[in-house]
Amino acid sequence: MKIKVRFFAILRERAGAAEITRDIGDGSTVADLWQALQQDFPKLNVAGIRLLYAVNQNYVSPDFKLSDQDEVVFIPPVSGG
Amino acid sequence: MFRVTNEAIDLQELVRFVSDPEAGAIATFIGTTRNHNDGRKVIALDYDGYPEMAEKELARIGEAACKQWKICRMAIVHRLGPVQITESSVVIAVSSGHREAAFAACRFAIEEIKRTVPIWKKEVFEGGEIWIGTQTGEPLAQKDEG
Repeated sequence: MKIKVRFFAILRERAGAAEITRDIGDGSTVADLWQALQQDFPKLNVAGIRLLYAVNQNYVSPDFKLSDQDEVVFIPPVSGG
Repeated sequence: MFRVTNEAIDLQELVRFVSDPEAGAIATFIGTTRNHNDGRKVIALDYDGYPEMAEKELARIGEAACKQWKICRMAIVHRLGPVQITESSVVIAVSSGHREAAFAACRFAIEEIKRTVPIWKKEVFEGGEIWIGTQTGEPLAQKDEG
């Protein structure tokens, strides 16, 4: 299935891309996708970073199962305000 | 009104938006860029955000505030892109029948923004730049960036 991934903030700089499409096997979780992306983009592995996961603009848990055409964003600790 | 923008935020626009015949109070909060942080001389802040989700989260904060306090109307606008020293990065306006609810909801909103809304600030300081909140530590760590 095809997943749209958008990168923001430090992860956009590390990936060198704002948006990609990634093929991943059926039944994969959002945590599986993160593992796969770290192979594709080794620089995404920011030491000590703790991420939250968002699918289709809602926070989800790491074991959330993805569906074809989902939009996934990995969220570093936020710092708005 | 819950949105992000790349333009300067107009406080009066938010105040007009929350104005209500039932209201006896309007509380506002303005987050501004200060010229120092953590011993560094700050030149500007540069905000990145996930716009669609940020606006959804801002609206969710508004809904949560309406459940908790008797407020009339609420508006939150957060700026993205570069924000110079003294400029506003976020403006909140809340109207309510009496002042207690407006103050409380305003305070609640800024704390929730710092905790849940997918917006990130990069601090540009003399000698470098750094993403705030991306270092080791607890997720959604509260930083003293007021």
